[in-house]
Amino acid sequence: MSAPTLPIECAAPATGHDSTKAIAFEDVRIGFGDNEVLNGISFHLNRGETKAVFGVAGSGKSLTLKLALGLLCPDSGHILTLGHDVTEMQEKDLFALRGRIGMVFQESALFDSLSVAENVAYRLTEEHGIYDEAIDMKVREVLRFVELEHTLNLYPSELSGGMRRRVAIARALITQPELLLYDSPTGGLDPVTSNTIIELIVKQRDVNKTSALLVTHRLQDAFTMATHQFDRKTNKMVPLPPGQHCEVPMSFLILRDGKVIFDGDLGQLACTQNEYIKEYIS
Amino acid sequence: MELTSPSYLVKEKVLAAQDYILFCGQAVSNLFRKPFYFADMVQQADLIGVGSLPIVLLTGFFTGAVLSLQTSNTLERFGSITLVGQLVSTSMVRELGPVLTGLMVAGRNASGMASELGSMIVTEQIDAMRALGTDPMKKLVTPRVSATVFMLFFLTIISDLIGLVGGLFIAKLLLRLDARQYWSNAWQVLVFQDIFMGLSKPLLFGFIIATVGCFYGMTARGGTQGVGRATTQAVVAASVLILAIDLVLTRLLMAVLSYH
Repeated sequence: MSAPTLPIECAAPATGHDSTKAIAFEDVRIGFGDNEVLNGISFHLNRGETKAVFGVAGSGKSLTLKLALGLLCPDSGHILTLGHDVTEMQEKDLFALRGRIGMVFQESALFDSLSVAENVAYRLTEEHGIYDEAIDMKVREVLRFVELEHTLNLYPSELSGGMRRRVAIARALITQPELLLYDSPTGGLDPVTSNTIIELIVKQRDVNKTSALLVTHRLQDAFTMATHQFDRKTNKMVPLPPGQHCEVPMSFLILRDGKVIFDGDLGQLACTQNEYIKEYIS
Repeated sequence: MELTSPSYLVKEKVLAAQDYILFCGQAVSNLFRKPFYFADMVQQADLIGVGSLPIVLLTGFFTGAVLSLQTSNTLERFGSITLVGQLVSTSMVRELGPVLTGLMVAGRNASGMASELGSMIVTEQIDAMRALGTDPMKKLVTPRVSATVFMLFFLTIISDLIGLVGGLFIAKLLLRLDARQYWSNAWQVLVFQDIFMGLSKPLLFGFIIATVGCFYGMTARGGTQGVGRATTQAVVAASVLILAIDLVLTRLLMAVLSYH
């Protein structure tokens, strides 16, 4: 399936970003054995911005998310997440920082021995000790946001792939994190379900304006996000009028051979001269 | 098949041993750091302790019974058949109770822990737990270690008692011995050193079972095949360690307690 035609004219590079960065990678290198996956990458995600990360399989897209969260430590370089250098922090200190970040894993990574409600409430029950009425209300609210309130007492094995992703999103959202990391949220899903997930991510982006780093290999998902916005009146994702930019800044990052080969907005992507990127997005 | 150099193999083993020691240290130090996950510990105690009870009862009973049967033949030759109770009692309390209970619990629970945690590793549930701000060592490992140590202690006591009942079963039905004499002999022969030795072993065995099971689970790699491999290795390693440490501990306690 080819990516949709870019609906945006070549635009000047985006300027005037907030100087406070949600994530900043500075010359980050990491390898496994002889295979150097990230070879000195640098980029940043501004607060309130959504950045889509592309690359072929094995280019280190998911790795960037795990590095940003401090789940892995790079061989060299620095990673600042919400102002904290995670490469200098100890695991025990990282837990508090991770509490401010929501992550949606590639395969959802729901706890299979816990029900949907317990999965979604996990962070809150860890904080408060028990699953009480207040937590239950929050769980219902966030499940309503992802339109899965009826699955409260089901187990992950009883859900479809798309529903599991939505539960994973609900689990990430329940504490209203300052930063969201999505690892291929539509990977392996059919186009209709993928669209539902993207609509949900756009809804979260436009309603709560949370900074987000989204890893995907589906260009059409990122383009949909860049060209649509969430309409609160109709409770649906609607296309942006031609020439109008999304209220929340949206940018793209492309990785190739361990390097960042593109970091810019949709306008810049549309008029790139890089042959590889042209071929990639065509 | 690729050949591995002996030096690489040795380095790998030394590194694994170092990782295991650090893992144990972390599991123990977490006992004194908040949060404590008491509910998880109780849940694990139920799974490990109550869940292992049938297998421990059966093992204890049949071990005591066969011990009574086997030794009666030799004792009869020396005209000392009445000492069956003493022999069953000392053997069960000092050695067979703790070791066999440990081996049974290792077979049942070290494998369970390795497969459960291994599956969580390969399905990214452990990473998800870390991402959600929970320390998996505190949440998953420490409750399992404390629950196993606690429950194995009591399971061993039950196993010892049931072993004596098994011995009595044979002594009464096949050897036609007096039950009161059997119990009297079995009870009177036990001294403080026997009890101390028999009840200190399960504390160490429980620690080995849980840490080995959790260690193999938390270090599982390579999908479902890796989980299967980790499960098998956990049972083998835990069983061998129990037997090896039993020998060392027995010698050590004999020396410390001035006991022969």
